Amino acid sequence: MIVLPILIPLAFGIFSLLAWKAPRLQRGLALAGTSLLTASAVAILLDVRRTGVSALQIGSWPAPYGITLAADGLSSLMLLTAAVIALAAALYGQAGIDPGRVRSGYYPLFHFLLMGVNGAFLTGDIFNLYVWFEVMLMSSFVLIALGGERRNIEGAVKYVILNLLASILFLSAIGLLYNLAGTLNMADLARQLPLLGAPNQITLVAVLFLAAFGIKSAAFPLFFWLPASYHTPPVTITALFSGLLTKVGVYALIRVFTLLFTQDTQYTRTVLLILAGFTMVTGVLGAAAQTDFRRLLSFHIISQIGYPLMGLALFSQSALAASIYFLVHVMLAKTALFLVAGLVESLQGSFDLKKLGGLYSARTGLALLFLLPALSLAGLPPLSGFFAKLALVRAGLEQGQGVIVAVSLAVSLMTLYSMTKVWNEAFWKPAAVPVPRRRLSAWLWAPTLGLVLVSLLIGIFPAPLLELSNQAAALLTNTQPYLEAVIGGMP
Amino acid sequence: MTFLLALAAGALFAAGIYMILRRSLVKILVGLLLLGYAVNLLLFNSAVLVPGRPPLIPAGQTVPPEISADPLAQALILTAIVISFGVTAFVVVLIRQAYQVVGTDDLNEMRCTDIPCEDSELKDGKEGGA
Repeated sequence: MIVLPILIPLAFGIFSLLAWKAPRLQRGLALAGTSLLTASAVAILLDVRRTGVSALQIGSWPAPYGITLAADGLSSLMLLTAAVIALAAALYGQAGIDPGRVRSGYYPLFHFLLMGVNGAFLTGDIFNLYVWFEVMLMSSFVLIALGGERRNIEGAVKYVILNLLASILFLSAIGLLYNLAGTLNMADLARQLPLLGAPNQITLVAVLFLAAFGIKSAAFPLFFWLPASYHTPPVTITALFSGLLTKVGVYALIRVFTLLFTQDTQYTRTVLLILAGFTMVTGVLGAAAQTDFRRLLSFHIISQIGYPLMGLALFSQSALAASIYFLVHVMLAKTALFLVAGLVESLQGSFDLKKLGGLYSARTGLALLFLLPALSLAGLPPLSGFFAKLALVRAGLEQGQGVIVAVSLAVSLMTLYSMTKVWNEAFWKPAAVPVPRRRLSAWLWAPTLGLVLVSLLIGIFPAPLLELSNQAAALLTNTQPYLEAVIGGMP
Repeated sequence: MTFLLALAAGALFAAGIYMILRRSLVKILVGLLLLGYAVNLLLFNSAVLVPGRPPLIPAGQTVPPEISADPLAQALILTAIVISFGVTAFVVVLIRQAYQVVGTDDLNEMRCTDIPCEDSELKDGKEGGA
């Protein structure tokens, strides 16, 4: 069953290719595909909750030799969040993606992108992780370059080159790891690496992985491709990317640093902690200087990446649980904010904050749609961001890491400042040009509302999600059940 | 042999890194290609090389001989080559498109993503960047 999140997008990608000449059919297929995907993700989440870890050996080759898929708490939560975001993007794309892009193959790429993302969440093999990353990147390269305007192309050039560099680093790290341990199965690696007695070489490989995933997840100081490219494609694509791509990088970091590199932790965790702090601060400072709605939000993506990294660096069960909760929260809230930016643009024709205004009096509902995820991002109770940050801060204080706690709280305050700036400029100040009275398409506002509601729900009723995150984190700190599920009864 | 291959991989990495630091897009592409080759050599080297011992099971036996070449590294390289082939094809097209739209292959001229370009600049982009 856990192969479904890969098979469904593959099948629907192929269907969309077959329906190349029928854009309306492709739009319908996108809705059907993402709905099925969400259903399968829910099924996997329920199954994993009951059994702990479920693993599948493709072709029944036993674990270290064959290809392994494994779903644990972290994977299944990420899968479900990704599927919800994909569903929202598919709905929004019904009106938000222009016919030109659909004719040049937007929908097949959309499905293949999802396949790559889900594959990365599910794989239990480090080389397959590389392959899934490439599947995901290749689709995203084309999605970001579609359109062919100067902005798209320039953004795509920067995005493509830096991500290819990250792939090369990733692949060299895999080569060195294979040389050290002679295996690529992650569970097998987790067993072999402590027996090697070569902590220095392992740390070297760990740092290579850190650099590769650092580029992909846009951590300090490797994030410069993100604000240069994320604001160039249409808002549906930006929202999808912001919800999925960098988060896959963070997922990969969490996976390798909890499962594989658990030896020389003093060094790697200190580096991670410093990186987390700088990522938060530089991201939010970068955002303060922006006057473009989407560029401002792009810098906030970077800033928010720092929080899950902080949880990973603290590395206690409560800190990891907080990281996972934070990832789910930020994927939902961030995607919702980008969709709101798209709604604003479709009303006033611009992303430039200086040209916007008067939306509060003209469109109170829209203003609320912005306000909820924005305050949630800043961490105001009772929204989801508050509980995520509360858990992180508590975990940080438990370990006596006062500095990072102070930094994270200061960054929250600056996030609030940044969000108030958007509020003042786009919603509060009088409009320069009167807001048009035409109705917004339901395809546009309904998915945004849906995401905001889901985000609101996990804020008002945080207990179920916190419990799930806690279970997932328990499997990350004690990897024994994962190893047993993948490798079986072997010692 | 391993030492020579390691030297070659190192030289390719150095040359590739030099090339991706250039401003011209085509030179960056060459740099990415060189880095790709360097990684393939590294993967090739990562399986311990044994000359003259194919990983074949001799007739009448059920397990391969104790010392035999590791075929997995080649499989990894093959995958990496296929992926980099596809990616390179895409990057070549992207560079051509960028040259047509922006009118230059100099990365210093491609700053519309950081400083919003004026509309006039966008329109006469084709003549710009002399």
